[in-house]
Amino acid sequence: MGMTMGEKILARASNKDVVRPGDIITAKVDLCMSNDGTTHLNIDIFEKDLKAEKVFNPQKVIFIIDHNVPSESAKTAEVHKKMRRFAQKHQISLYEGTGVCHQIMIEDYVVPGQLIIAADSHTCSYGGLGAFGTGVGCTDFTSVMNTGEIWLMVPETLKFVIEGTFKPGVYARDLILKIIGDIGANGANYKIMEFGGPAARNFTIDDRVVLCNMAVEAGAKSGLVEADDTVIEYVKSRGRHEMVLCKSDEDAIYEQTYHYNLDDLEPMIAIPHCVDDVVPVTEIGEVKIDQGFIGSCNNGRIEELRAAAQILKGKKIAPYVKLLISPASNAVYLQALEEGLMDIFVESGAMVLNSNCSVCWGSCQGVIGEGEVLISTGTRNFKGRAGHPNSSIYLASAATVAASALTGTITDPRGMIG
Amino acid sequence: MKKIFSGKVWKLGDDIDTDIIIPTQFLALETVDDMKKYAFNPLRPELAGLIKPGDIIIAGKNFGCGSSREQAPEILAALKLNCIIAKSYARIFYRNAFNNGLLLLENNEIYNFCNEGDQVSVNLENSQVSLGEKTFQVASIPEDLLQMVEAGGLVPFMRKLNSK
Repeated sequence: MGMTMGEKILARASNKDVVRPGDIITAKVDLCMSNDGTTHLNIDIFEKDLKAEKVFNPQKVIFIIDHNVPSESAKTAEVHKKMRRFAQKHQISLYEGTGVCHQIMIEDYVVPGQLIIAADSHTCSYGGLGAFGTGVGCTDFTSVMNTGEIWLMVPETLKFVIEGTFKPGVYARDLILKIIGDIGANGANYKIMEFGGPAARNFTIDDRVVLCNMAVEAGAKSGLVEADDTVIEYVKSRGRHEMVLCKSDEDAIYEQTYHYNLDDLEPMIAIPHCVDDVVPVTEIGEVKIDQGFIGSCNNGRIEELRAAAQILKGKKIAPYVKLLISPASNAVYLQALEEGLMDIFVESGAMVLNSNCSVCWGSCQGVIGEGEVLISTGTRNFKGRAGHPNSSIYLASAATVAASALTGTITDPRGMIG
Repeated sequence: MKKIFSGKVWKLGDDIDTDIIIPTQFLALETVDDMKKYAFNPLRPELAGLIKPGDIIIAGKNFGCGSSREQAPEILAALKLNCIIAKSYARIFYRNAFNNGLLLLENNEIYNFCNEGDQVSVNLENSQVSLGEKTFQVASIPEDLLQMVEAGGLVPFMRKLNSK
């Protein structure tokens, strides 16, 4: 009886030949990361409660300031000060304002086969590079930061077999929204979502990360795509050469297998206030918007910015509508500058923001008021997440957000691609 | 810890997410006591002020979905709820809750029978929850997890073990 790639990564991390779903393992962690959403709590537990002296390995602990950056209040400035002090004391890497934590990790740290624990729910993003990432709270994180180990239950795996090719105006973002709509916000609770099939071979790095990033919105512990030449080349191009390639065995056991054909996929949208309330954009009717947002760990990479620019080029966003764009990292920002995308955005009337969690996190910038409607490429549309408790968030692709910003109502991007 | 207790029910629906439990804008408040006043603010702003120590929340599926913010179970523990009984929980929240001394029980049916304000009794010895004449089975919680809940979570539990 074979193993899935997720089981193989967990077996390696726990120094076992075989693990099976339901096994509880103690695993060694390859990397751990925490951001300014909760690191102040980790530091308090570490110093005051555990009275710990050392992190397990300064090379494997990463702090990233991305949630409230630059700080918008004296309180978050204190959080950042605490992180800087701790990072300096323990000689661990600290990033501040250079990008959303998961994008920084993908650019600078992640390689296939790793087990990565981070104090953020979207840690499952690293499955895009064939690494097992999962989010924990600050108590578990503090223990990992101290010992380098964590206990985990080996989850069941769900397989998503994907065929066909994306049609123009349809993206990985639409696919993951469609899948979450089908299986529900707890359809993969505690499980691994493994994305594969003939179409996966053509997926770009961005596509893979988009799919795995939102696995947690279906409740999953992790999302994974098998690392192939595309991933190996990317990781090597970033100067990382050591990796462990894990492939699912032919006789691996999946709890369930789902089939999707990209030829049949159209632009999708999640309506307020649940990520699994998903319909095709063509069925949404007339919905006026007040603000659009393109960015976040799900959808702020270069390919999404290109898709938005294709639609915005030479056009102006609708009167009284705001469009906010935050590239997922400074590397993405610089590439967008080089490709002339920033000129297109600014000339269209969009506001270009620094690289950070931004509108998706709902406290730092671009907060919306009572009764306002946001269409976003962020990760969640929970009630009140973007500001006032009585406001609404729709989730869609960067192309759909851009098209909607031009018309002022939610708009199918197909046919608007210049 | 107390194995038999009862409490007044507050009833919430499906998919109660972490942004509802504690919205982002209150996360930087300095203490848990400052934060707990805003529990469930986007959904029912008055609720945090009404919850009394020993009360019980009964909810639908996927309670605690969303972010890994540990302030969510932390403030619910600070409100001194006896426990939460939901149809199911999101993975990260489940782990965080026990780590913060918040007892979670799982049952699919009681939700369909109870009303807000009802009195519910919990017996952890036989893993049963009763509502009037009806009883419902919950999965048993291992003794060491109960001890962790009693100690107030993983960190105080470890401190207690280390001092022995």
